[in-house]
Amino acid sequence: MSRALHKDVAIIGGGLVGSSAALAMRRMGFSVVLLDKGFCGAQASGVNYGGVRRQGRPPEQIALSQRAHAIWPRLKDLIGIDGEFLRSGHLKLARTEAEMTSLEAYAARVADLGLDLELIGGNQLRERFPWIAGDVTGASLCAGDGHANPRLVSAAFAHAARHAGVDVLEHTPVSHVEKTLDGFHLSAGSNAEIKAGFVINSAGAWAGPFAEAFGEPVPLHAIYPSMIVTEPMNVFMNVNIGAEGGGIYARQVERGNCIVGGMRGEPLAEPDFSRPTGSGAVTIMNRAAALFPALRHAYAIRFWSGTEGEMADRNPVIGFSRTTPNLIHAFGFSGAGFQIAPGVGEVLAELVRDGESRTPIQAFAIDRFARTTQGSRADNEPELKKREAAQ
Amino acid sequence: MSDAIRPLIVGAGPAGIRAAQTLVNAGVRPVVIDEAPSSGGQIYRQRLVPDERSAKDLYGSEAAKAIALHETFAQIRDRIDYLPGTLVWNLHDKAVDAVTGQRTRRIAFSHLILATGATDRVLPVPGWTLPGVFTLGGSQIALKSQGCAIGDKVVFLGSGPLLYVVAWQYVKAGANVAAVLDTAPFSAKFHLLRGLFAQPSVVLRGFRYAAELMAHGVAVRFGVQPARIDGTTRVEGIVWRERGKEHRLACDAVGYGFSLRSETQLADLAGCRFTFDTRDRAWRPERDGAGRTSVSGVYIAGDGAGIAGADAAELAGERAGLALLDDAGLPADHARIGVLERKLASIQHFRDILESAFPFPEAWATSIADDVTLCRCEEIAVGDARAAARDQGISELNRLKALTRVGMGRCQGRMCASAAVEVLASTCGRSPDAVGRLRAQPPVKPIPLEVAAEGEAA
Repeated sequence: MSRALHKDVAIIGGGLVGSSAALAMRRMGFSVVLLDKGFCGAQASGVNYGGVRRQGRPPEQIALSQRAHAIWPRLKDLIGIDGEFLRSGHLKLARTEAEMTSLEAYAARVADLGLDLELIGGNQLRERFPWIAGDVTGASLCAGDGHANPRLVSAAFAHAARHAGVDVLEHTPVSHVEKTLDGFHLSAGSNAEIKAGFVINSAGAWAGPFAEAFGEPVPLHAIYPSMIVTEPMNVFMNVNIGAEGGGIYARQVERGNCIVGGMRGEPLAEPDFSRPTGSGAVTIMNRAAALFPALRHAYAIRFWSGTEGEMADRNPVIGFSRTTPNLIHAFGFSGAGFQIAPGVGEVLAELVRDGESRTPIQAFAIDRFARTTQGSRADNEPELKKREAAQ
Repeated sequence: MSDAIRPLIVGAGPAGIRAAQTLVNAGVRPVVIDEAPSSGGQIYRQRLVPDERSAKDLYGSEAAKAIALHETFAQIRDRIDYLPGTLVWNLHDKAVDAVTGQRTRRIAFSHLILATGATDRVLPVPGWTLPGVFTLGGSQIALKSQGCAIGDKVVFLGSGPLLYVVAWQYVKAGANVAAVLDTAPFSAKFHLLRGLFAQPSVVLRGFRYAAELMAHGVAVRFGVQPARIDGTTRVEGIVWRERGKEHRLACDAVGYGFSLRSETQLADLAGCRFTFDTRDRAWRPERDGAGRTSVSGVYIAGDGAGIAGADAAELAGERAGLALLDDAGLPADHARIGVLERKLASIQHFRDILESAFPFPEAWATSIADDVTLCRCEEIAVGDARAAARDQGISELNRLKALTRVGMGRCQGRMCASAAVEVLASTCGRSPDAVGRLRAQPPVKPIPLEVAAEGEAA
């Protein structure tokens, strides 16, 4: 027997974007069904590094990032838990003069956008962060940034959405979606038939086929950022660490475990899941031991990797479809979606309610790839390099 | 021809050694990696430092088997590449990552025989994290490898054949064993009478252990429900219920375990298909009678493929070795294969009877108190897991891990997952097989951050 649902909005993908959008729309009074092929928040939203960081984002993302920035301290009210969010600050290290110059240039570029970046020279860095090994030229500190626990936050958004009255259908992959005269028709799982006025495509690394089904192919491919976790150590790392040029990022949770990333894993035979490579894990471990003397005798107890969708220009797609009315895309966060996702959720809800958002999202239009020539992409290369290292 | 294959055997216990011997006899030179400093596995573990104890002292009735196995290993030692004290922490794409001290290297293989053995199945009881509480296997290791007892007055608790073996070994070594507390009812032991026909020597040996324990004044109790292990900074006593009545005994150490649990992480990383074994109440890699897993070129032998004991492990190791030779197009003794398979089938039949004499304490999951630690690495209580399962509608083990941290610590679920499965299943009203199993991730065990990576071994 099939299960028929008729909703204002159907959301494909229960990651942090989909579930925060579901919650925001439900609170506006829309009826919503949230569909996930597995558990909500079990993919990149739940298994990313956990950086809650504005610093380092391209200027066009900062307004959205600032909107999300206001949401993070309110998680407890919003979803019932604080998600282990810590406003620790985000310290981006420069290991060469060239990297320091690049940090300075970035700080100048975003000076008016409210990040309050503080550039720190080598001597001062050693004084204030003596637990970082000597060979660092300088750094840029964004005191308002921090980190949180993705495996808790993402699931809690979905849980809160369900509690607010969203129909959350897990293990219900969408097999077919099409535009009808009065909206959309979706078939999902073994027996769900859904009619909806709006469809949100927030399917992360799996969003490509849905966009393509509506005539909007995108340069989206899967990446597998991978992390290592140490045994609990005395707390020494009081700030979320990133590095200009990439290669390492690290944070320490209250319990004492350090989480360190900077390499990529490989997909498994079952391609929804991935695993760090042995050599990649050893590389991250060695880098961590070299940069943080406190970790020299530590053990790695756990690795993990997640499947994330990355766009060719590392900016997400957010906004209305150019081919299909009432279809909205929000995917391709390219390893940097965790912090902005709750803000994206609010934006999506505004799009459904008002047809527009008060936060500028023009830079994330899906047709930018059709408009962009190879030449202008090449012009963007230096910019891309700077965004290495994801969260 | 034999140069064309490069088999890797993980584990140098009874299964691993017999597998290696089988390959060596066919002119193949396998790599043998073992976590222990010397060969023999858990059951035929060798002393760390030579002492005056004889093989008979160390291995009791199994001394002849131990000597034979150690001799075999000495004979093939020069015809294998042996890496003792080495942990295989990752497996991917026909190669393993193995760490020896601070050095890790990637070792490619053409075929893989997993002989990774088993560890105790641990079910938390109140007080189980007190200093002075050991697993049965841990108690045995202390005795075998270092010649020391876990305490001056020891109580052994739990279920499974190992309970009596370890208690008997302690008594033989001159340790003071105050009691053996068997959670299975005495009536379950009648199953052993059926076992008399299948493997009379094993059953009689078990009876002899029990009789000698009692003759030495050890209290042997059946149908015991553990109430708690007492103590403030370490073990001071143990309290249990028996036919509704509470008993207490002073002791300074407790060795306990509830049968064994296969070490299956490498089979999991290799991508082997798993099946739920209702008898062992655990997931184990699927295998055919020869030890072939669902992954071509990957074989599994011994207790790592389901609990069957050391004798079966020797046979299964040899059988897997022959299967590997056969699959590689090398001559394999088919008459011998027939003999091995018949013997293995007979042990398997007996094992089913044996396990029914040591049934799983089904009531544990519902009776264990909320405040007892479930996951000791991450310090998560039974009640935390129950509350998360109830409040957040969790009915799958990886989800429980993600939302509560159970199984996320140093042991990566090796110690706590069996118990977590029972708690989750009982809370959400499912059977243990229906809540799934933890997804495998390297490292199999913790490894130092400062490991130095070496190039691929030749």
